[in-house]
Amino acid sequence: MTVTVDTTPPLPAEPGPIPEPFPAARKGFGIGEKAWAWIGVAPFFIFALMFLLIPTVYLVIGAFQDADGNFTLQNLGDLFTPNILAAYWISIKVSVASALLGALIGFFLAYAVVMGGLPAWLRPTLMTFSGVASNFAGLPLAFAFLATLGRTGLVTVLLREVFGFNLYSTGFNLLSFWGLTLTYLYFQIPLMVLIVTPALDGLKKEWREASEILGASTRQYWRMVALPILFPSVLGATLLLFANSFGAIATAYALTGSSLNIVTILLYAQIRGDVLHNQNLGYALALGMILITGLSNGTYIWLRARAERWMR
Amino acid sequence: MNPAQQSKIGAWIAFILGALYFIVPLIGTFEFSLRLKRDEYSFEAYRVVLTDPNFLSSFGYSTLMALITIVIGVVLVVPTAYWIQLRLPKLRPLVEFITLLPLVMPAIIIVFGYLRLYNSSSWIPLTANARSTDLLLAFSYVTLALPYMYRAVETGMRAIDVRTLTEAGEILGAGMPTILMKVIFPNVRVAILSGAFLTFAIVIGEFTMASLLNRPAFGPYLQLIGANRAYEPSALAIIAFLVTWACMGLINVVGSAKQTKRA
Repeated sequence: MTVTVDTTPPLPAEPGPIPEPFPAARKGFGIGEKAWAWIGVAPFFIFALMFLLIPTVYLVIGAFQDADGNFTLQNLGDLFTPNILAAYWISIKVSVASALLGALIGFFLAYAVVMGGLPAWLRPTLMTFSGVASNFAGLPLAFAFLATLGRTGLVTVLLREVFGFNLYSTGFNLLSFWGLTLTYLYFQIPLMVLIVTPALDGLKKEWREASEILGASTRQYWRMVALPILFPSVLGATLLLFANSFGAIATAYALTGSSLNIVTILLYAQIRGDVLHNQNLGYALALGMILITGLSNGTYIWLRARAERWMR
Repeated sequence: MNPAQQSKIGAWIAFILGALYFIVPLIGTFEFSLRLKRDEYSFEAYRVVLTDPNFLSSFGYSTLMALITIVIGVVLVVPTAYWIQLRLPKLRPLVEFITLLPLVMPAIIIVFGYLRLYNSSSWIPLTANARSTDLLLAFSYVTLALPYMYRAVETGMRAIDVRTLTEAGEILGAGMPTILMKVIFPNVRVAILSGAFLTFAIVIGEFTMASLLNRPAFGPYLQLIGANRAYEPSALAIIAFLVTWACMGLINVVGSAKQTKRA
């Protein structure tokens, strides 16, 4: 097991007043250092406000307005129609399934290369590949799975010709809940590997030795030492995977067209052509998505802060 | 068989199953991309795609967008990370929260907000003409790249002694802009490059924002081909995979070049 070295330089105990050994040099600034600092970070905050925060807040406001701009809760109420609820529900199902499976499989893959006693060269190979695969999403991913598991895809054809097994007669369909989940796993698993490997590295050897000296079995070590420590980062990573697939659209759009009614595709159709026949209902649909991913990621940030306490 | 051997076999099984899941679709896609001619394997689909003027123009457009995104991202992120590290550590949690937001917020929500806020009848009608829509698209890509760009630069910034470098610059009489441009930038160059390649990989095939802002980018082109052709999409998927792989490979190359230089 590799031991991570914290390369972060120790922060000065207190940011406190900046030492001024060379007052003459400081005069050259003309204006105060704090002023420079604020000017320096201003573009970032202006950008964040204009292109991240205000557009989102503006959508949220729209969700509470009717067509004439008056306050209303009608749009939120209108979300509770079978069509829209079904869209949220299938999105949540796909996201939960691909997050849980991605987290589980990703964890075991990371575990296998970090502590499974595999040859050392496998680890950088897996990490590099994970970097690639976690970014190999969107339309090309959909094309890849259609070419592999579609009706005339390589695996489908091989199974039929060589093994006489017709995949599609079992009810399997790439354009379905399980098909989409299987496809999403292609970027979910590598993302989990990338997030959880540092956490596994963070398990100190001494903890295992200490528990062994105290007579703990491997199972006890995992149940009572390792898993409680890993729990916040693993759960946090799972929530991030959830948001990752919940907001995805391109893969599903290319795979299923609009035949699988997930919420991002419904919203896409709404933005393009107002299929709900109510602009403000579209904003409410967006608000629902913000609430769902916001909740899951809020939990993630909170858990991360907790997890980092153990990393020191 | 002792437990250690058992777990080693388990690790191999996990690794091999994982490898199969990840490699088979690549093989499948490649095989499919060769099927365009009825009786033989050929690279015809690649030839068709690579000579399609729309491929070239959309790929070129997205490449340009990626470069603009990288420049804006660097100009935004490097000074911010610098000042946070040096003078405004209290703002660090806020900045980190903002840079994580794009992971929280689906891209479609962000662009939906733009369409409401910056439409042609609004106060700031950015979508009114093509050039300003391009700019808006670049800004939307900056938000997508922000989490990765900021993390990369911040890590690079932590690895150098920002305070000492700045003081050294001050003693030599350099002003703030000079210190940033001539001292800090070169020292976090590797981090910036890593962030830049990652940004490129994210932006090049992006679909949602380009499609909803109606720009002729590579993502919408992929969608069009996917909906209308049989074998060309596979060829495009292989090309996209190679581009992503090249970006990740370059990140590794610049990263390890730095290590050998230090050693």
